[in-house]
Formats: sequence, C-alpha cells, structure tokens
Amino acid sequence: MFKSLMTWVDDRFPATKMWNEHLAEYYAPKNFNFWYFFGSLALMVLVIQIVSGLFLTMHYKPDGAMAFASVEYIMRDVPYGWLIRYIHSTGATAFFVVVYLHMFRGLMYGSFKKPRELVWLFGMFIYLALMAEAFMGYLLPWGQMSFWGAQVIISLFGALPIIGEPLTLWIRGDFVISDATLNRFFALHVIALPLVLIGLVVAHILALHEVGSNNPEGIEIKKHKDENGIPLDGIPFHPYYSVKDIVGVIVFLFFFALVLFFAPEGGGYLLEHANFIPSDPLKTPEHIAPVWYFTPFYAILRAVPDKLMGVIAMGGAIVVLFLLPWIDQCKVKSIRYRGISFKILLVVFVISFVALGRLGMLPATPFLTLLAQIFSVLYFGFFIALYFTSKNEKTKPVPERITK
Amino acid sequence: MTTDGADLAKRRFLTNTTAVIGAVGAGFVAVPFLSSWAPSERAKTAGAPVEVDISKLVEGQLLTVEWRGKPVWLIKRSDQNLKDLPTLDDMLRDPASENDQQPVYAQNPTRSIKPNVVVMVGICTHLGCSPSYRPDMGAADLGGADWKGGFFCPCHGSKFDLAGRVYQGVPAPLNLEIPPHFYKSDRTILIGEDGGAA
Repeated sequence: MFKSLMTWVDDRFPATKMWNEHLAEYYAPKNFNFWYFFGSLALMVLVIQIVSGLFLTMHYKPDGAMAFASVEYIMRDVPYGWLIRYIHSTGATAFFVVVYLHMFRGLMYGSFKKPRELVWLFGMFIYLALMAEAFMGYLLPWGQMSFWGAQVIISLFGALPIIGEPLTLWIRGDFVISDATLNRFFALHVIALPLVLIGLVVAHILALHEVGSNNPEGIEIKKHKDENGIPLDGIPFHPYYSVKDIVGVIVFLFFFALVLFFAPEGGGYLLEHANFIPSDPLKTPEHIAPVWYFTPFYAILRAVPDKLMGVIAMGGAIVVLFLLPWIDQCKVKSIRYRGISFKILLVVFVISFVALGRLGMLPATPFLTLLAQIFSVLYFGFFIALYFTSKNEKTKPVPERITK
Repeated sequence: MTTDGADLAKRRFLTNTTAVIGAVGAGFVAVPFLSSWAPSERAKTAGAPVEVDISKLVEGQLLTVEWRGKPVWLIKRSDQNLKDLPTLDDMLRDPASENDQQPVYAQNPTRSIKPNVVVMVGICTHLGCSPSYRPDMGAADLGGADWKGGFFCPCHGSKFDLAGRVYQGVPAPLNLEIPPHFYKSDRTILIGEDGGAA
C-alpha cells in the first residue's frame, strides 16, 4: 500500500530521489567527531526560532506606542507567553553559540578549503544574515537597549563619506529611531531575512552535498571508491549520522532548557537589564553594550579612535573571514597534520576573539581600550601571518585513507 | 533549441536587448519600493520648533528638551566656565568651530548667542548616543585636573567641553551640533528657527 503510494508520488515528484541523495545515500566520512554536531544543531535552532517567532508575532505589536507594552503583555498575560518569548530569546543566543562552534570546526579542520570554498561562502552569508536578523530582532522589544543599540549600529553607516547621512536617514525612515524604524525592522525580521536565511541554508547544504563533507582527518574520501562508486571510508548519513545527531540534539536541549528555565536573562548578558526600561530617546543608558555575540566586533570598533576607520576595521573583521579560503594557502586541511605555526596562530586567534568579546561588554576605560587595541591587532594579525606562513608550512604527511 | 540556418548573431542580440530592457524595467519598479523607506510626509512635518523658558535656569544646570525627537540641551555656564574654555583649545579637534556644526551666529568662542547660555543637540557625533553631563571639575576618570567640566559619552568614550567642542584622541570626529535658535525675549528661546538671523 505505502509502496505503491510512494511509486505514485515518485512518478510525479522526486521524493525518494531527494531522500536518497541527501540522506540515505549521502555518504559522509565515517570519522565524524563531537565537532560535527553543530551543523545539524544550527538547523534545529533555525526551526525553533521560526516556530517560536511565528507565535510571538500573534501577540506582538510593531508600533512605537505599543511595542514595549505588548512584550510585557506576552510575558505576563498570554498563556505560556513567557515561555515562548524566552525560547525565542534563548534561541538567539543558542544560534550564535552553535554557529561559532560550527565555524571554529571549519577553521580547525580546513573545511573551507578547495573544493569547499562555496560551502564556506554560503555559510558566511548565513552568518551575516543571522547578525542582521538578530540586530533587527533586538529592536522589537523597544526597550532602552533596543533603542540605543539600533541608534549606534545605524549611525555606523553615517561614517561613510557623502552617502552616509542620507543613508542613515533612509534606513531609519525618520530623523531619529522611531515608529517607522521599528515597523520596517519588524517586517525585515519576520519576513525578508528568514526567507533569505532559508534560501542560504539550502544553498549551503546543496553545495556541501555536491562536494561531500570534510572530516577531522582532512582526507578526501571520494579518492577511494568501491566498484559501485561508493567511498570506501563513507557511511550513509541516514541512519548513521541521523542517529548520532539525535544524541547531540538531546544533550543540546538539556543545556537549552537549563538556560531557558533557570537563567533566561543570563545575568544581563542574554537580555540586558536596561532593556526592561521603555525606550527613551532623550537618555542613553549609563553603559551600553551589544548582546554578547556582537561584542568582539564592537570592541574592534571602539578600539580605533577614528569614526570612519573604526567602522572600516569592524567591517574588515567580518570581510576577512569571507576571504579565508584564499588567505590560507596550505594544501593540508586538518590541524592534525598541519605545522606548529598554524596551531599557534589558531590559539592566538581564539584568545583574541574571546578577549575582544569580553572587552566589548565592558566600559571603555583607557586601559581596556589599550587591551582592545592589542587584541584587535592580533585578530587581524592571525590572517596576515596565516597568509605568509601557510604557503611554506612544515606539515606532516596526510594518510591516504581514514584508518580504523 | 534548433540552430539550423538560424542567424545566431541576431539571436544573441535579441537575447541581450531583452535582458537589458528587463533589467531597466526592474530598476524602475524598484524606485517606489526603495523610495517608500524615505521619511514620510508625517515624519517631515513633525519637526516643529520648541519654545523654552530659561528664566529659571541656574548656573551649572542642564535642561533637556525634545526637538525633532532628539534631546536638546540648554546649559547656563558660569563665568569661570567661560574663562576655562580658551585654555582647552590645544586639546580639542576643532577649537574655533570651523566645521559646519553650528549656525554662523554660534560660530564664536563660546558657541552661543549670549555667552553664558548654550544650546546644543545632545547627540554624540560618533554613533549617536546621548553623552552624560559631567560638570564636576577635575573628575579623576576624565583626566583629573585638566577636566574643566563637559560631556562624556558612555558608549565609546568621546569627550566634549562645556561648549560641546570635541577633544582629540576620541572617536567622535565633530563638535556637538548647535541647532538653529534665537531669543524670542530675554526669558525664552525658540529652538528650531533662527528668527531670520542666519
């Protein structure tokens, strides 16, 4: 019965074909480790955000006069509204945790290298869209941090010569952040950017499945195939990795629920205290800082004592990531077989990124600004040093096959 | 597609012209959508002038009023403050207010019409935060004895003096903006118009 139904469908729509291509007969390397959970987890968080976000729009009012109160209404009066809202806000943090770990995995095992440059580029565009999505979402509660955070970020565009000021006016739709800004950010946050994100995720996965997954050894499994053209070191994604990923999902949800139920505000780092005060265009909060996932770039912005150069440095910190496949010229992919120079550089880069992230949360005192300047130099230094050292790196021989 | 006996050059020409015309059409269609993001007529007319009574302003006091959705400060500076202003010139980016951040009638050492009372838009020229008023002379966190009162932006650490002039070595590039304003009488200032002075 089911079989004949599937035949009927398959004659009209490539259901079985797609299932096989992307799951049952997609051969992934057999040696995936812990770091390979984060791709599927990111996909799951996207679903969590879309579902919880959809339900929030049913109660939220994108109106300058009503937005703040409608969020409080969701928190206090809507049945389980608090839960749905906290799922969405915790989901935003979870998204960036998962994506940062996913990106670090790529960095460590050289997953951005030929032939996976487009996988990396699509991934970077996802990251960019995600930052825009998170930024616009943060305006919606219309609290003090929403307002002044948006004021600062939109003013960044004002640093551009000539077009800067008209551009900020056009983005805001008013002379200051106002109802017009809130309304359009809502539209972008709930319609435009989610569509872009989904499209990019599809492109990211299609590109990955075209070239095949990398692995902790950085060995191309497609080099050794059996008589049926199946990679000898590959196993079908389903059921092997679909089942493995379920374990990851359970552990992830355990931590997710821990934050969701016991620390949804994350001590002011996930939902900032000042955002529980309605937005006031006449008064900037004493200390304003973006949410944690933007702070590394924010610290770079503050480290430069010049408006335009600061904005350029901040943008450059993201642009340089796009160029990684062409900056790192080492043929060996995985850190396991790369030289000591790469290992040292990667450690310095991770320390700089985390340190900048911490500095971006703190007020700008002269000493901390100096620290931020040092770590900003190290952040960019990673890419410059990598460009010059990666070509002649002393690597270990990479095995032909994945052993064991 | 059959190419037997086809004029391929003509076909390519037609394909290209169709694509170009289509792109031009799409460009025209984009205009209304992109234009819809510009400030609406309602937003444009909301910038009515604001009248402020300054008769009760005491020395050192800062009064904030809202004009076009922005904070506008009115501060009454003491004579000592005014004497301190020229001593700061070496530490400032634009001590003589040469950049176009004020109407001509405020392009003077005190950046004001009458020396004591200054009117400025309380928005940092860096990234738009509203700086905090720090009249406390010699504040340890703002440079100690050199600090003669002024403004400190909590967002990115920019500093301004009591005339809204920006210090060197901070992210803000320009002095604080002085809005158009004039004295309707000795007691009242109108912010948003300059009474024909400019």
